Amino acid sequence: MSSRAAERTNAIGLTYTDYKGRPSTLCKGCGHDSISSQIISVAYELNIKPHEIIKLSGIGCSSKSPAYFLGRSHGFNALHGRMPSVGTGALMANRHLNAIGVSGDGDTASIGMGQFKHLMRRNVRMVYIVENNGVYGLTKGQFSATADEGQELKYAGVNEFPPEDLCLEALIAGCGFVARSFSGDPKQVRELLKAALSHRGTALLDIISPCVTFNNRDSSTKSYGWGKEHEEPLHELEYVPVDYVPVQDEILIDEQEAGEVTPVELHDGAVIQLRKLEDDYDPTDRLGAMHRLEWARQHDEFITGLIYFDDSRPALDEVSDLVETPLAQLDGKQLRPSAEALEEMMSTFL
Amino acid sequence: MSVIEAEVAPRQREGEEAEAVVNDFSIVVATANGTGSQTSNLTLLRALFKMGIPVNGKNIFPSNIQGLPTWYHIRVSHEGFVARRDSAEVLVAFNEETVDEDIAALPSGGVCIYSDDWRNVSLRDDVINYAVPVNQFLRQAGVRGKLRSYMANMVYVGALAQLLDISLQHIEEALSFHFNQRQKLVDQNMEIVRLAHEWTAENIAKRDPYRVEPLDLTADKILITGNEAAALGAVFGGVTLTAWYPITPSTSLVDALTDMLPRLRRDPETGQATYSIIQAEDELAAAGMVVGGGWAGARAMTATSGPGISLMAEFIGLAYFAEIPSVFWDIQRVGPSTGLPTRTSQGDVLFAYFLGHGDTRNVLLLPATVAECFEFGYKAFDLADQIQTPVLVLSDLDLGMNTWMTDQFTYPEEPLKRGKVLSEEEVEEQGFARYLDLDGDGIPYRTVPGNEHPKAAWFARGTGHNEYAVYSEKPEDWKQNMARLNRKFDTARQLVPAPVLDEMDGAEVGIIAYGSTLAAVEEARQRLADEGVATDFLRIRALPINDEVRDFVEQHQRVYVVELNRDGQLFQILQLDLPDLATDLISLAHLDGMPLTARWVTETLMEKEQSL
Repeated sequence: MSSRAAERTNAIGLTYTDYKGRPSTLCKGCGHDSISSQIISVAYELNIKPHEIIKLSGIGCSSKSPAYFLGRSHGFNALHGRMPSVGTGALMANRHLNAIGVSGDGDTASIGMGQFKHLMRRNVRMVYIVENNGVYGLTKGQFSATADEGQELKYAGVNEFPPEDLCLEALIAGCGFVARSFSGDPKQVRELLKAALSHRGTALLDIISPCVTFNNRDSSTKSYGWGKEHEEPLHELEYVPVDYVPVQDEILIDEQEAGEVTPVELHDGAVIQLRKLEDDYDPTDRLGAMHRLEWARQHDEFITGLIYFDDSRPALDEVSDLVETPLAQLDGKQLRPSAEALEEMMSTFL
Repeated sequence: MSVIEAEVAPRQREGEEAEAVVNDFSIVVATANGTGSQTSNLTLLRALFKMGIPVNGKNIFPSNIQGLPTWYHIRVSHEGFVARRDSAEVLVAFNEETVDEDIAALPSGGVCIYSDDWRNVSLRDDVINYAVPVNQFLRQAGVRGKLRSYMANMVYVGALAQLLDISLQHIEEALSFHFNQRQKLVDQNMEIVRLAHEWTAENIAKRDPYRVEPLDLTADKILITGNEAAALGAVFGGVTLTAWYPITPSTSLVDALTDMLPRLRRDPETGQATYSIIQAEDELAAAGMVVGGGWAGARAMTATSGPGISLMAEFIGLAYFAEIPSVFWDIQRVGPSTGLPTRTSQGDVLFAYFLGHGDTRNVLLLPATVAECFEFGYKAFDLADQIQTPVLVLSDLDLGMNTWMTDQFTYPEEPLKRGKVLSEEEVEEQGFARYLDLDGDGIPYRTVPGNEHPKAAWFARGTGHNEYAVYSEKPEDWKQNMARLNRKFDTARQLVPAPVLDEMDGAEVGIIAYGSTLAAVEEARQRLADEGVATDFLRIRALPINDEVRDFVEQHQRVYVVELNRDGQLFQILQLDLPDLATDLISLAHLDGMPLTARWVTETLMEKEQSL
């Protein structure tokens, strides 16, 4: 293991490579691969123990990607649009796990819309990443439900229907962490990911992640060109972990501009610093967030950042009043009541 | 031809004095649903049971909340027979809407108890009619408003108690049971019961032969529904996750879990739950939660019925292929969509057995009694964990929702079986390849999320995979994996509950049956024996079958496969599994939504025998 010894390790002694997955089979330049890289970086930086993470996905290009990161974490590539239910079951079985769910616009905004919204309604503790490119890739170029109205694609023709806004849907469903980002803005993706992992319940990251093969013309709101041109971050984000030790420059707070920074404390004690770029945007105002999203829609704006934050609502495992030990790890003595208990139950049916 | 006497009451036989018919007849109570008649019916059932008389109660009810006709059948049988009968001798006609057809259904010499307050009732002169002034009792007791219809139902309890000799003390005990010892409610109801009882004693001269006498045949037995028994079994099997979506007739199973788990499965120190119940947004999500839970090491289950099983099909197919332990109770009802949602069938056997796409066969448990609902309640988890596969338990509405007497359940002898789950130390010692058949039984080893060993993680997927759970499209990998799944299925043959054999001297004919038709088959076998046809009986308790089934078919000239569906679904599976013996099997399949009767089994089998 001499080559390993040469590699840098994080605070728990793991290398960057330890967080990698298998080689990606997605198209070269796919936005999804960039997001996978950020997941790997974040896990390394935050000293995440791989066995405490589960990776979940549905069906589609995006859903293939959990095989390409965190190879030492358990994963489940489930059914189309139904990753949320698998995650819900797994997290009830073991409440100590942290879930990263990866979905796409095809997987979430059509068949998956019900599970997407009910996950949030229950506030299941999961980072829900939508790798949103407005198009079905694996089946080669059909419109998804987030495609632009009036857009034209080679085989699919013209899209006659307005796009669904997943951030708006999440807000309506009661999600307490709603963010939009762009795979072409890796630093923002990273900081949002870190903050999402510290969130108490479901955290939505709706990441515009261009499909280089089927939907990357500059006129498409899901293209690299459009994204780079139009991205309007609401704020700059810096994640500060609970046990913050400054080892890497990139997460240092710029103290000169500290006056403009709003710290938002996350559930586990970590903080996300929001440095305002847009006057008067308050991510804790739900109605304001809805208003801002609608304004952006009307004015063709591509706003990114933490759109809404509220961690007052307990997560599903909290409201379920579960024992501390994961249900999956309880032994026979804890799981099977006594013979006397059965006898007593029998007496109630006499 | 009919080999069974028409079920004519003794009174009708000409030239004979009516002999008393003791502890061997049926009562049918016709009411409208939502009027509280279940309280009265269960009170009667339990009072008879507490008198030591074997009973069975069947609710024939509509898919409706209030106001539609419902019939409750109580069979009393000193011989202990509990199957449905075609007709009941004693009718309580308390639904004005159906009174004429209810009276028309009575056998000659039967008894009709009806409300004196109705006009234009088409009474028959070949039945014994007793009119009871319901409104008078209600006025007397000062019952007003909403309570009237509830209390009206206590009138027939009092009248029947007097006419049939059901003891008032046992009625009161049954009411006390029903109202959970809340004395005020018991007293309120008993007042009406007593008024009706006294009035009947003074004003009705008994002219019918039916009555009960105390026996001692129910000592230490309990009355319970299959769904309650299944829930209790699951509680003692260590269920940790129940994800479900309401659907008749499975809902009462989860209702029972919701009632029992907080009582039995909270941490004694913290009071916190060692279980989770989630009402999902639909059956798609319920199945996903079960599979996700099973993957992460939970004992996860759901309860549903046919339409729900359809929605769960994709997840069950995935769980078969990804090899995720998971338990699915299917309380079968009739038909697709709404179908006949409050009627019973064994219509999901073929569907469930092959559920999934791309070469699947599933492990099915087929409980026949409430005791087996309890037993399979915990065994289903053991089998799912041992075999690493979805286990479907096929109960039905008759077994699940009706009230059956049974011996008290015995505590599970063996500890929970969690199957081949590797700990960190075991991964270190023996290494880990998720789908490698180390033991030659087709069952691989698994790890669950949270295992800290760096080599413990694996990627669960429906995509093609090799022995290391790595994506693969290689033909050889697919073929090998499917062959191993077949080996695993063969291993399952020896792990699932074995069939139960009951032989008679000199039997040439065999009967195979499963599930809730047991009651009808047992009674039919006695009737057949009385007619000179001895039968051996093999009751199949699970699929896949093992060699005992083959041996049984080989040893008999003819084997009738009795089931409650149109197409002979188990019959078809047996023909597939035993192709060389296929022509020795004869299907006796029937479905009209009602539980099978002994009479149908007897007559149909005799007709087949005579046409040979």
